[in-house]
Amino acid sequence: MDYISGRESYGRVLVEIGENEKIVVLDADVSKATKTSYFAKKYPERFFNVGIAEQNLLGVAAGLAVDGKIPVASTFAVFATCKALDQIRNVICKSNLNVKIVATHAGLTVGEDGASHQSVEDISIMRSIPNIVVIIPADGNEAANAIKQAVLNYVGPVYIRLSRFESPILTKEDDEFTIGKAKVIGRGSDLTIVSTGILLANAIKARDCLKQEGVSAALVNLPTIKPIDRDILLGYAKKTKAIITVEENTKIGGLYSAVSEVLSESFPVPIMSISINDKFGMSGSVEDLSKYYSLTEKDIVSKSLELIKLKERIYS
Amino acid sequence: MNVKNLKEISNNIRAEVLKMTTNAKSGHPGGSLSMADILTVLYFDILNHDPKNPRLKQRDIFILSKGHCAPALYAALGLCGYFSKDEFRRLRKLGSVLQGHPDSTKTPGVEVSTGSLGNGLSVGCGIAASSKIDGNVRNIYVLLGDGECDEGQVWEAAMFASHYRLDNLIAIIDLNGYQVDGKTSDIMNIEPLNKKLEAFGWEVFEIDGHDIKSIASTFKIATGSKNGKSKAVIAKTIKGKGVSFMENENKYHGTPLKEDELSLALNELKER
Ligand SMILES: Cc1ncc(C[n+]2csc(CCOP(=O)(O)OP(=O)(O)O)c2C)c(N)n1
Ligand SMILES: [Mg+2]
Repeated sequence: MDYISGRESYGRVLVEIGENEKIVVLDADVSKATKTSYFAKKYPERFFNVGIAEQNLLGVAAGLAVDGKIPVASTFAVFATCKALDQIRNVICKSNLNVKIVATHAGLTVGEDGASHQSVEDISIMRSIPNIVVIIPADGNEAANAIKQAVLNYVGPVYIRLSRFESPILTKEDDEFTIGKAKVIGRGSDLTIVSTGILLANAIKARDCLKQEGVSAALVNLPTIKPIDRDILLGYAKKTKAIITVEENTKIGGLYSAVSEVLSESFPVPIMSISINDKFGMSGSVEDLSKYYSLTEKDIVSKSLELIKLKERIYS
Repeated sequence: MNVKNLKEISNNIRAEVLKMTTNAKSGHPGGSLSMADILTVLYFDILNHDPKNPRLKQRDIFILSKGHCAPALYAALGLCGYFSKDEFRRLRKLGSVLQGHPDSTKTPGVEVSTGSLGNGLSVGCGIAASSKIDGNVRNIYVLLGDGECDEGQVWEAAMFASHYRLDNLIAIIDLNGYQVDGKTSDIMNIEPLNKKLEAFGWEVFEIDGHDIKSIASTFKIATGSKNGKSKAVIAKTIKGKGVSFMENENKYHGTPLKEDELSLALNELKER
């Protein structure tokens, strides 16, 4: 299996689409880490490093968008969404400006840097702001395809959440990416696993384990959390009557909340969550952290079995 | 003050920084070495503190605003006796007392959690203002990076400090000339830093950040003058100072030494 980080795919795809002269890339002194450095090298006249100044980063991006450019602004997810939140909300989203925010180093998989750098609430924060599209790619290919769509074929603010971690390639290079559309990875009848982001790798393994235990799990990859694919969620809620959501984000306000919001008012079924349970991150290896925060395939399996029991109790 | 002693301590801090980051296979040695002499003078000569009683009411406060250089702070705190030196080996490991960035809820002696750059001086202002309310005679030291001075919040805090005449606040800028993406002069020019700070109403001292004697005497002068002005110590330093092949080599900003580089570095430090 091949591995690549979201940020590496991002860096490469920016160079690929960079000949479009409307694209202007901005970074806040972490271009070597976000990989916007590749674009900076090829198109220095359309690259701005603002220094360690995230609020200015998003403010300057807004100005470029006002004048018709397509600004793509990058820094670590925690600083983009927490330090520069006012600029995103009051300047970019309120005026529906065409700014693309591509944030890297999201989630616990930042690893050793620890809590200050592990963004575990950015999905919740960004999802709550009107007008913005929120995309969490599952792998490097999906990241590249989503970025191309968001930058070249969509007008309006978009937040794309990428990781530092080198995760397995799970989707195809030529898969079509449509903003707002989820993808069925595998069919099933007993429950549905809905996953967003790089934890899809664990979800796939969990589905295989469940199969061996005689449990038929459907698996849906949901990269666009906003706007959310209501049809697929409703369809699978009706079909399997039990849903488990999987995300590298706090339980409060992320994928679990988004799915619950859709289903509770249309077709309520039991929903359980694999996520971070209202805690900050901490330093550690990715492997240790996945275990500590219960995000492994084993955790998905045991939570799924728990969910099936709940489903049986409810519908018996 | 015994300069020879302090030099030895700062060398020890450097060695521990390099050992613990190599062992953790991550962390930020470059900026930890540039500030090692300043930290040494603070913790072993200037600060009124008691490792056996970290909550001492009258203690001076130190805030490492450039939190990524935690390894140097941990080395200083460990050598002072805030916790066992055995903890160094657990840096950045799951459940460790020593997190990747300073965490006041986990590490004895860490007063304020940092890691997101730009925050420390504001918190320092708050503690300095609180001390004034209480009539508590103590000094608040905040160590910032030169790249960190790009953050607008640093200047909001600078304005606050002079507006409220916080002469118990001392900002130290580790002027090592580099940030992540390169030289500060190429990425975002902060000069003239001295004139900016003066224009914000601060009293500015410019020193060699590796001259133990002048660091110590500057802190004594700065804290001695209660003239209503906050004090800024601009310390000219060398990123990676103390190990020849690390000096001004910015790849060591966020990359630890490999095992063979480490033994070379430790030998060099022994001979200093
Ligand atoms: C708000 C914020 N943005 C970005 C970073 C990532 N980062 C860590 S260290 C660093 C460069 C710091 O440069 P400087 O302040 O000069 O520190 P030093 O050279 O002493 O290491 C950056 C951008 C961060 N920690 N916080
Ligand atoms: Mg610096």
